[in-house]
Amino acid sequence: MPRKYETPLLDELEKGPFPSFVTEIKKAAARNDMAADELGQLEKSYRERRGYWKHGGIVGVRGYGGGVIGRYSSLPEEFPSVANFHTIRINSVSGFFYTSKILKEMCDLWDKYGSGLTNMHGSTGDLILLGTSTENLEPIFAEFSSRGWDLGGSGSALRTPSCCIGPARCEWSNIDTLDINYNLTQEWQDEMHRPAFPYKFKFKTAGCAVDCIASIARADCSIIGTWKGTIAVNQDEVATYAKNGMNIKEEIVDMCPSGCMSYDGKELKINDEDCIRCMHCIAKMTKALKATGEKGATILIGSKAPFVIGSTLSWVIIPFIKMEPPYDEFKDLIRKMWEFWDEHGKNRERIGELIIRKGMREFLEFIGVEPQPQQIKEPRRDPFFFWTEADLQK
Amino acid sequence: MALPQRRTDIGPPHYKDFLPPVMLKNYGDWKHHEILNPGLMVHVANSGDKVWSIRVATPRLLSTDTIREFADLAEKYCGGYLRWTTRNNVEFLVSEEKNIEPLWKELVEKNHMMGGIGNRISNIVHTQGWIHCHSAATDASGIVKALMDDLADYFTTRETPNKVKLAVACCTNMCGAVHCSDIAIVAIHRKIPKIDHDKVKNMCEVPSTIASCPTGAISPDPARKSIKVNDEKCMYCGNCFTVCPPMDIADPEFDGVAIVAGGKVSNLRSNPKFSKLVIPYIKNNPPRWPEVTEAVRLILDAYIAGAKKHERVGEWIERIGWEKFFKVTDLPFTFQHIDDFTIARETFRTAATFKW
Repeated sequence: MPRKYETPLLDELEKGPFPSFVTEIKKAAARNDMAADELGQLEKSYRERRGYWKHGGIVGVRGYGGGVIGRYSSLPEEFPSVANFHTIRINSVSGFFYTSKILKEMCDLWDKYGSGLTNMHGSTGDLILLGTSTENLEPIFAEFSSRGWDLGGSGSALRTPSCCIGPARCEWSNIDTLDINYNLTQEWQDEMHRPAFPYKFKFKTAGCAVDCIASIARADCSIIGTWKGTIAVNQDEVATYAKNGMNIKEEIVDMCPSGCMSYDGKELKINDEDCIRCMHCIAKMTKALKATGEKGATILIGSKAPFVIGSTLSWVIIPFIKMEPPYDEFKDLIRKMWEFWDEHGKNRERIGELIIRKGMREFLEFIGVEPQPQQIKEPRRDPFFFWTEADLQK
Repeated sequence: MALPQRRTDIGPPHYKDFLPPVMLKNYGDWKHHEILNPGLMVHVANSGDKVWSIRVATPRLLSTDTIREFADLAEKYCGGYLRWTTRNNVEFLVSEEKNIEPLWKELVEKNHMMGGIGNRISNIVHTQGWIHCHSAATDASGIVKALMDDLADYFTTRETPNKVKLAVACCTNMCGAVHCSDIAIVAIHRKIPKIDHDKVKNMCEVPSTIASCPTGAISPDPARKSIKVNDEKCMYCGNCFTVCPPMDIADPEFDGVAIVAGGKVSNLRSNPKFSKLVIPYIKNNPPRWPEVTEAVRLILDAYIAGAKKHERVGEWIERIGWEKFFKVTDLPFTFQHIDDFTIARETFRTAATFKW
């Protein structure tokens, strides 16, 4: 029988309408020693207002340099079943799709070898198996990998790429986000499982500028679907929106950031040349408006959370690229970026931080991309700039 | 019992093996979608086929018991097909219209919470917290639970001017997308790390520890074969602790959370933007952090009262101006609000135009 702890503080978090993580831990704790000690230690954290987990130490599975995050209780005598309690990252399926059969199979394995607790999903998009002992790592890997699953990324490596639901269910997707995500993941298994980068590298793929996967804020490489062409207008559907109470002037035309629309009460007109493809009108009038023409993606680089120089959003490197299998042009470009990073990056320096340190010119010249006004908000303000010998000869 | 033969570098399973037949058949050929109620939407393909999605909240941390329960429901009503959203909700993918009502009914009976679709509050993106992280300065799951209990109506029924995306990060490493959320909570430290000098020599690499500091506050301490921290430069980010564990920065008395607001990731209407500091510190008050839920309510209510239809929190604040935001919310403005980190000069007001 697992140990039983009094948890008066955590019990407070079983009240109220929203589903409770405490209830989840208790369900597992009723039959699992690790989950029981997790619960006990968490109650202590609530009482003492601090965490009791240690990191570090090399744990993993044979032949891999990542996919398992070492985690140890700093109170192993008090909570022996979580003395070592490592996280396993399972590479999730594009779009987070599952079948009941596969979920049940995973649950059976995880109950056998781990705490019975999961995160669906971690922030990067892995299926997180939350806590097991060192000796169970190899058996878990054998069980999961023999059934078609693999580990995700951790450390200074390619992290598990993720994508929006894309063409599987969305009418706005300009690219096959799920296939891009799957294809890139398969292409770079070695980069994911054997950390050899200066630091982490994340891909996120969004089908359009709505960016449901938050690629522009959370990926070293953000792939955002877009188009070159027109927005086709179905005027009958526009009339239906108006009839159903939409104030098309206020809600659509006046909110268009590039002022490229007009509406006279009968006809909605779009000056496509001035459209910046923000998706507002299409998102609000999905039955009436549809992007048409050449489909592809904008490639942006560099977003990350605050460490070390402050948060960054990704910025445009390639305004437009076709994204069709086998994505060779895109992959060649990424390999060049990684080469630049490998050559110049410091330990724990993200690629965006490196570009800021070295300057866009060095980066763009290295990867062979021309300067274009789409890459910037505005040109530089100060009169300090470099001229190379080659520039002087022009 | 012998283990099965392990395989390496096979990558994830192919997504097409997990799509319901209707999604496979109409892949890339969807026409439009409609939100039928806050927890139900229908996607219509050019072929006329339809798929209904019922969205159910989860706490992200799930036991295998609950996952099995979801799997059973999917088997009974959806041919076994379901997915998770990026904001930790489950979506049941229903191909037959007749199954919507009984599935909904059973979800209600099992006390599940449907909602989060459209202009309202969806589930909160958050991090590991005291449950499993070494650097947590608060417990993300506890704050999320307290907040979502308080805001439950905005998940299940009530509308907001546009989507309101909330996030909680349990330290400034920000594994959650706090830096670009409408309203977000990030846990902070306020005291410099306490160094265990005896352990530093065995556990830490001095150059990488020095390099981890954004403000250059760490320098070598050759006499002790250790490092020292300049308390005038340290901004308590805690990055050094991740590189060098004997630099313990957790402090039960002084740790707590800051609240930021006005960020977004979509390009809709206005460009993606960062969240900005609105409340520099609220003490950790587990188990339910009442001061945090109250503060989020205050900002949310001001947004609902002031924003135009379709405006996100950040768009509303930019329209009225930050000085007016502090006026309508009556939140104190402090030295902590004025940037003195890497982009400070970009944030100063270089115009004589502002509101009283």
